[in-house]
Amino acid sequence: MRVWLLLLFPLAAAAAEIPLAERKSGYEFMSRETRAMQDDEVTGPAVLTLLDGEALWGKLGCGTCHTDMKGVAARYPAMVDGKLTTLEQQVRHRNPNLAYESRELLALTAYVARQSRGMPIDVKPVQPNLDAGKAFFFRRQGQLNLACANCHDDNWGKKLGGTPIPQAHPTGYPVYRLEWQSVGSITRRLRNCLTGMRAELLPHGAPELVDLELYLMWRARGMKMEAPAVRP
Amino acid sequence: MTDLMARVVVNVPAEAKKGEVIEIRTLAGHPMETGFRRTQLGELVPRDIIRSLVCAYNGVEVFRAELHPAIAANPLLTFTTVATESGTLEFRWTGDNGFSVTEKAVIKVV
Amino acid sequence: MISRRAFLLLTLAAGTARAQLPPNIAEVRKAALQEAIGKVVGNSPVRTGRVKLDIPPLIDNGNAVPVTVEVQSPMTQADHVKAIHLFTERNPQPYVLSVQLGPRSGKARIATRARIGDSGDVIAIAQMSDGSFWSESVKVIVTLSACLEE
Repeated sequence: MRVWLLLLFPLAAAAAEIPLAERKSGYEFMSRETRAMQDDEVTGPAVLTLLDGEALWGKLGCGTCHTDMKGVAARYPAMVDGKLTTLEQQVRHRNPNLAYESRELLALTAYVARQSRGMPIDVKPVQPNLDAGKAFFFRRQGQLNLACANCHDDNWGKKLGGTPIPQAHPTGYPVYRLEWQSVGSITRRLRNCLTGMRAELLPHGAPELVDLELYLMWRARGMKMEAPAVRP
Repeated sequence: MTDLMARVVVNVPAEAKKGEVIEIRTLAGHPMETGFRRTQLGELVPRDIIRSLVCAYNGVEVFRAELHPAIAANPLLTFTTVATESGTLEFRWTGDNGFSVTEKAVIKVV
Repeated sequence: MISRRAFLLLTLAAGTARAQLPPNIAEVRKAALQEAIGKVVGNSPVRTGRVKLDIPPLIDNGNAVPVTVEVQSPMTQADHVKAIHLFTERNPQPYVLSVQLGPRSGKARIATRARIGDSGDVIAIAQMSDGSFWSESVKVIVTLSACLEE
């Protein structure tokens, strides 16, 4: 019987993973002018958010304990007190009154992430979260029956509605997305994708999204941090 | 919390030679709500933009810009001026709903 | 999950909103553009040249498009650029930016980030101290994000 043919499909999905040496940041899929906006350290669109973060860092007294944030953002999501935690969640842990996606939380996260700029992503392969995140990435879902891998592993570089499909590496979060006209977190972007795929929307802090974020960072291990990046 | 939020960035060289043409880069934090967007229920979101930026060099106006909704959020404006004498450059942004922000920069001209 | 009531309201509102855009929108916007330019130049002719409009021909996202305008001019009291006006063809209204310059500017060079709603012409017009007008027009293509948030 032809049943044996069906067994080939899961193998095909695994084989489509991007080889480590072929990974490219979303930076490389943007125009020269958009890249210049990211590189502009004086008047780039994310500069005001960074200044806000710096001011808040001082006002909230974070510096009394945290003297050096270099490399921190490159290690998240990470295990904290037995639970896989994102950078936003870790910042909120100390300041629970900061809502997800609030201007203050984004500013602080951007400021912390900026300290890791140029450093390689270095997350630990925490289990079973990493496997769960990977399964989510490869699972077909939503009304279009699409998996993340279908676009970002199998068809990166090709155009979707006139726009190039990037490989989806989270090297630049929180990111100033031109579409949002503001800085936003990776969770906002993932929720954006779920809406675009017409899949079920998960809330901020959902364990599936934390696991997915871990998988994406693991998938991007060794790539250089660019936060806060600019993306279309 | 919000009183600490950065409103504007002004980048002026600290020192310049007399007669040198210097580049001034400015960035203002503002959503620049166009007045053409609609909410999910179809209601028009009212216009709320920065309307002008004026730069005065030791009290003399050297640059004036009139902004429209077609300027992107967090407006960037870069322009040039001749470094004539040491002193203060004053920048004033004004806009809808009484928006008014000023920023100063000191320049030493040798 | 959206309630049935909200869904019906949305459809009605969207329908009403769409009905407000006239079918000949391209012509309406072209006419608005000509009127806006007319307000600036009056009856004077607008010559091509001297103006360099630097804008990406293929735009990643129309929400923030870096634009630089540079005009050849000695910027002396006798001969300088008085003003630079920026227009676009396919936005709900044609004005983008107007700046006033003078001999103290040293150079006639400005940069900003604009919102360009749709593929079409972007026009920069320079007003000189001798009353003449010079311009450059660039055709741009605007792409949208493939996956939108709403």
